[in-house]
Amino acid sequence: MAEHIVKSFGEELDQLTTEIARMGGMAESMVADAVQAVVRREPDLAEKVVQRDKQVDAAQADLERKVIRLFALRQPMASDLRATFAALKISAELERIGDLAKNIAKRSLVLDESEPLLIARGVDLMGRMVLSQLKDVLDAYASSEVAKAVDVWARDEDVDEQYNSMFRELLTYMMEDPRTISASAHLLFIAKNLERIGDHATNIAEVIHFIVTGEPPTRERPKTNTVQPGPEPAEEDEA
Amino acid sequence: MNDREPGGHAAPLTPPTPVVQTHDMHGHPLASLPVKVCTRDVDVFYGDKQALFGVSMDIPDCSVTAFIGPSGCGKSTFLRCINRMNDTIDIARVAGSIEIDGANIYDRGIDPVLLRARVGMVFQKPNPFPKSIYDNVAYGPKIHGLVSTKDETDAVVEDSLKRAGLWAEVADRLDAPGTGLSGGQQQRLVIARAIAVKPEVILMDEPCSALDPIATAKIEELIDELRENFCIIIVTHSMAQAARVSQKTAFFHLGKLVESGPTEEIFTNPRDERTQDYITGRFG
Repeated sequence: MAEHIVKSFGEELDQLTTEIARMGGMAESMVADAVQAVVRREPDLAEKVVQRDKQVDAAQADLERKVIRLFALRQPMASDLRATFAALKISAELERIGDLAKNIAKRSLVLDESEPLLIARGVDLMGRMVLSQLKDVLDAYASSEVAKAVDVWARDEDVDEQYNSMFRELLTYMMEDPRTISASAHLLFIAKNLERIGDHATNIAEVIHFIVTGEPPTRERPKTNTVQPGPEPAEEDEA
Repeated sequence: MNDREPGGHAAPLTPPTPVVQTHDMHGHPLASLPVKVCTRDVDVFYGDKQALFGVSMDIPDCSVTAFIGPSGCGKSTFLRCINRMNDTIDIARVAGSIEIDGANIYDRGIDPVLLRARVGMVFQKPNPFPKSIYDNVAYGPKIHGLVSTKDETDAVVEDSLKRAGLWAEVADRLDAPGTGLSGGQQQRLVIARAIAVKPEVILMDEPCSALDPIATAKIEELIDELRENFCIIIVTHSMAQAARVSQKTAFFHLGKLVESGPTEEIFTNPRDERTQDYITGRFG
């Protein structure tokens, strides 16, 4: 795309993109470390994730200020308008991802106090799936690749399936041995949090589609519904 | 008990319904508006130089259409074709057809003077006659024979000034010279003069470029009210103004109509890269 006649306007827009990339990196590493804290039972790592959430929150607040300033002073139009609005939306998604990672880290500290459950490995697998979604969607944002974003969007199905499978497995554990209920419940929340992170990555993919094409994705995202609806753990708000 | 499946989205996806735009962002219908001005393949030449290239466009009634584009892009030339103002330039030649309500305004039988009563015009610099406020407004209806008695004239003057949002400010000094008003008031006086002859189309060529922001806001509010009854076409260099006042926007570049469509679409998702570059302030 051609350069802005007013260079400082172009620079301010570039700054938003850079900020989102930086926030994305922070959120991504928080999720990776939170998953590792669960799988390898590393309380130090978990503590660090909890601490880092504040940085993501601060980055989001800073980006919001920049976006408001840009709306007020530059009145962005067309692709600039979409990019500015998108930065605002994506930063909110990343902030939520940070919150969810923090929640996983906190639960890992509780899990460390009980006997390890084999299913913690499932968290590892699910974590890797969600992280690759997150990495790809951030790449798609940086390179404005719609196809890559749509791919992330479609892949959310796999994460949902993995969540459903963990849900069933954890139910079995709890029924077999009530002593595992506490740990299983925490693992269920952790799995749910990872599934939510996947949803947020999917939302970001939709925003990228909008930035580039000016329209939201038109195809219905595939969904799986292989298990009967059960009591779903509510998403914990840790904003 | 939550009836969502475990893998469900926190928020459901926006349903993928195709968007058919029938209303503008204020909820006014777009599709149902009849076409008032219909142009086909309009070329304009100034001597040997071609200024407009094959402009075809439908301009809806009871709405505001904005023409935007860089200086020299032909938007004012095209605007001036709609009331045959280009006739006054010796070397100007217009080809193609411009129809108002289905009748070609360049047909031999059309009297340009009568046409200009149907198609009023407001210029960049307010140009009141060097007469009283009253006479500025009464002049048109009198020479076109729209009024015969003093009472009728009074009524038209009052009504026009009210519709132009100027009545309250000048009611007690209708005999004062129009040129003594402030710039914004003069522009509203000129608009009152234009609507006094009951036109169908009002052309505005940069009507606010000489006004301060408050006077501009008053004119924009007036334009928004007038569009209930008139087909308004406005040329503006202010993209923000085009976005604020119009329902349809047309972008001109190098004598060609590049793109036209609902204003909301032009400013959020233009189809043509030239439009995109222009409205976002990039090098074309």
